[in-house]
Amino acid sequence: MASRRPVRWHIGVFLAPAVLVYTAIMIIPLFGTLNLSLYNLDGQNRIFVGLANFATLFGDPRWSGAFWNALWNNCWFFIIHMLVQNPIGILLAALLSSPRLRMAAFYRTAIFIPTILSFVIVGFVWKLILSPIWGIAPGMLGAVGLQSLFAPWLGKEEYALTTLALISVWQFVGIPMMLIYAALLSIPDDVIEAAEMDGLTGWSQFWKIKLPLILPSIGIISILTFVGNFNAFDLIYVAQGALAGPDFSTDILGTFLYRTFFGFQLQLGDPHMGAAIATAMFGIILVGVCIYLFGIQTRLRRYQF
Amino acid sequence: MTKTFRFALLASTLLGGAASAQDVTLTIESWRNDDLTIWQDTIIPAFEAANPGIKVVFAPTAPAEYNAALNSKLAAGSAGDLITCRPFDASLELYNQGHLADLSGLASMANFSPVAKSAWQTDDGSATFCVPMASVIHGFIYNKDAFDALGIAVPTTRDEFFAALDKIKADGTYIPMAMGTNDQWEAATMGYNNIGPNYWKGEEGRLALIKGEQKLTDAQWVAPFEELARWKDYLGDGFEAQTYPDSQNLFTLGRAAIYPAGSWEISGFNAQAQFAMGAFPPPVAAAGDTCYISDHTDIAIGMNAKSPNAEAAKTFLEWVGSPEFATLYANALPGFFSLNSTPVEMQDPLAQEFVSWRGKCQSTIRSTYQILSRGTPNLENETWNASANVIKGTETPADAGKRLQDGLASWYEPQK
Repeated sequence: MASRRPVRWHIGVFLAPAVLVYTAIMIIPLFGTLNLSLYNLDGQNRIFVGLANFATLFGDPRWSGAFWNALWNNCWFFIIHMLVQNPIGILLAALLSSPRLRMAAFYRTAIFIPTILSFVIVGFVWKLILSPIWGIAPGMLGAVGLQSLFAPWLGKEEYALTTLALISVWQFVGIPMMLIYAALLSIPDDVIEAAEMDGLTGWSQFWKIKLPLILPSIGIISILTFVGNFNAFDLIYVAQGALAGPDFSTDILGTFLYRTFFGFQLQLGDPHMGAAIATAMFGIILVGVCIYLFGIQTRLRRYQF
Repeated sequence: MTKTFRFALLASTLLGGAASAQDVTLTIESWRNDDLTIWQDTIIPAFEAANPGIKVVFAPTAPAEYNAALNSKLAAGSAGDLITCRPFDASLELYNQGHLADLSGLASMANFSPVAKSAWQTDDGSATFCVPMASVIHGFIYNKDAFDALGIAVPTTRDEFFAALDKIKADGTYIPMAMGTNDQWEAATMGYNNIGPNYWKGEEGRLALIKGEQKLTDAQWVAPFEELARWKDYLGDGFEAQTYPDSQNLFTLGRAAIYPAGSWEISGFNAQAQFAMGAFPPPVAAAGDTCYISDHTDIAIGMNAKSPNAEAAKTFLEWVGSPEFATLYANALPGFFSLNSTPVEMQDPLAQEFVSWRGKCQSTIRSTYQILSRGTPNLENETWNASANVIKGTETPADAGKRLQDGLASWYEPQK
């Protein structure tokens, strides 16, 4: 009989700093928020109300109207990212990894740079570009004879959210591009060579060999996009303000939470309803991530080289 | 540079404090950090000269942080002796919590009209807890050169107003009116609450709404929306995406003829605009009608209930309520008008024009500020949204009125 394995203290010791910091600044506040959502004010005292805040949020037609509007807008924001940002990111990565492309490093850097800009700068610059008064967009469209296509996009209910989503796509398309690019580079040359021997080149090689190999990366990108979009706030706040105009057409969960929690103008903040919204957001993101992890990630086939 | 300056300020404060240890030092909490030099160079020296033995320190916080910082200082007992008061509920809350002292007994309170005091009173008006300092007046600022060139007289009635807008539009040199709906609040503040008092007869309608005797679906509350809906044709191209600074720039660059304004714009416009400007109050229905203006109470000053220097603080507050302070303050900050009943002599012609309306029109405040914006949905925020929608034509005036009324009635007992 071998002697009992010694207790491996070093594991705990090495994990401790990260666990402690994460608990202090993430887990405790998270449970604090969940807890706060179960209370409300009765005059000056905080009392336990159970799920009453959620009953208000989903039962009261005003609260639920605002909530579902924000949730749908958030979904639309996410759909645009999935349909535009990620395919373009993959396409750019495929082009960049082509050995015949000259100045690849330049393109890579140029496309990635917006990602490191602040939301404030991006929001402000795009607002100026699209401004009907001082913007260059009307002039540029006019130069190619398409001035009639110009509209004050950020001010129209039907276009504002899509416009903002595309601005966000412009800013963040570098991230899927970089991740896919890295995944493409990690495909071993012998796999590619074997494909070439079998007569697979060009786009068919991309579809049949490379794409299946980078699917796990695409999965990760999708989930990052999902979490990022459902936590989004900054761009809308910078471009449209906390009221997420026009007529709440760009109101997403983040701006709805902000208005409720911190208050706005004459509206005093309501931390308890705010916490209820934050909890709902947490639930939505948790469900989304779980669906992905258990429904999709486990079914993706992985290839070991 | 800034740091050196701050150290210098700090050092002078400390040294000054040490040199005059017998004196009482009053500290003023404020969000008006823009006005620091005016307080230090003009207002405080004037007070100290008249009241030896009392020193005053103006200690402002950034506007966005003021409410939160003040609340925590008051809770911790480290707040200054004098508290600059936001209007209505923010200050009322402080009074109810016992942080602000009841100042109803101050002699200088007699210098203020009931409307001026209404922003810093309990709902029943029994206690006033801040001395009113200044208000902002709404109206329209116009480009005098443009009016002269087009031969337009200053409009006094609504028909004249729209005739003037038509004429400017037909001429095409100027955008008739500089306003956008992107930021929403201009539509409500400089639109609805600017022209509205003429319809709901100022205080009469505002108080009736609070008492529940009038509804937002009544003709006098919907009619301002109907007028706003007509504005659409006179705003610039793409006004839906035009922001508040865009509108200011359009006007000061001389590209627009009329600007729906609040008087706080005066100093900025004086500095930016290269042309002569004038102002007119919201036009009335027929010549000779009583005119009503939004003369909105914006800033006041109260006393920390736990201040150890209550006597000195009251001396200061009596002085703030005096005509002398009113003159100093109104001239240092044109566009922030003294609420004092004594007329104040002001140098700035545009500010004089604005304040002259107090003599011929009835003053009121913004309809949504007192009591009515306490619940959810918040009437002020809803009015922003409704006014912007009406101007864009995405909601009819009647629908907007109904939505606001339904929202208000959902939580406000007298309107149920």
